[in-house]
Amino acid sequence: MGFDLAGWGRLLRPGDVAVVVAGLALCVYSAMTLWQGGTPDGAVVRAGGKVVAELDLTRAQVLDVPGPLGTTRVEVEPGRARIAADPGPRQYCVRQGWLSRAGAVAICAPNQVSLTLTGRGEDYDSLNY
Amino acid sequence: MTRSIIELTPTAEDHRIARHAAAAIVLTVAEAAIPLPLPGVKPGLANIVTLIVLARWGWREAAWVALLRVFAGSLLLGQFLAPGFFLSLSGAVASLFVLGIAMHLPPRWFGPVSQSILAAFAHIGAQLVIARVWLVPHDGVFYLTPVFAAAALIFGVVNGLVAARLLAELRTRAAPAGPVGG
Repeated sequence: MGFDLAGWGRLLRPGDVAVVVAGLALCVYSAMTLWQGGTPDGAVVRAGGKVVAELDLTRAQVLDVPGPLGTTRVEVEPGRARIAADPGPRQYCVRQGWLSRAGAVAICAPNQVSLTLTGRGEDYDSLNY
Repeated sequence: MTRSIIELTPTAEDHRIARHAAAAIVLTVAEAAIPLPLPGVKPGLANIVTLIVLARWGWREAAWVALLRVFAGSLLLGQFLAPGFFLSLSGAVASLFVLGIAMHLPPRWFGPVSQSILAAFAHIGAQLVIARVWLVPHDGVFYLTPVFAAAALIFGVVNGLVAARLLAELRTRAAPAGPVGG
């Protein structure tokens, strides 16, 4: 007795096929939402350790954050963010360029400003310096 | 000392439940011997028995069989009251709940395959919730949801088809009380 595909197929009723399709859709949907590795959904700006702004990454905007040395400029574009300008002497946070992964951080230590991207599937649990 | 004799007279229904539960327990134990890539991904062959009992004898007997299987199966596998036992129990309870609803779907359109898939998703859903709330209190548990969902779909279809096939063969036989195939 060979494998009788049509015989097994007859056991499927129309609604069963619909349930299978719905189950497939659920699998694909859960994979897409849970495995969208590291796409950021927002940015948190801190100054002196305090949160001064929570930005969403859907539209372009510019935020000026005051610090002890002067003004740090945070620039946001859809899906990414950067420190555009900073009065610090070594410009590390500016030279990091655009941040586009959840969990990425740019820290302007002299001016006490930091920019963090938030989202599911962050690359780091915590960062220490 | 007075001798007291308690006599239990099992009904035909009791015999039936015991027979079906025994078949389900055998499948559970046999299945435990199959090496599997991921903990939690199991074919759940014993659910074929639950589906057949549900179709032929109703929800109450199906619940008896499923719960007896969980308890006796975990005792045999040495898992009674271990985390795995509570995962099985929560899965069984959730799928019985969903089966209780799914059995009222119009039978012209929805057969055992639908019931099997829905029960499988309920099973894995309840297990994920229990795992998240109690065993691994971290959202990382949900990272594997797509794998579990895919397994639920595949094994749900396979178990449903086997149950449908066995039901069809049972229906063609005249004798209604046979425990064939569980």
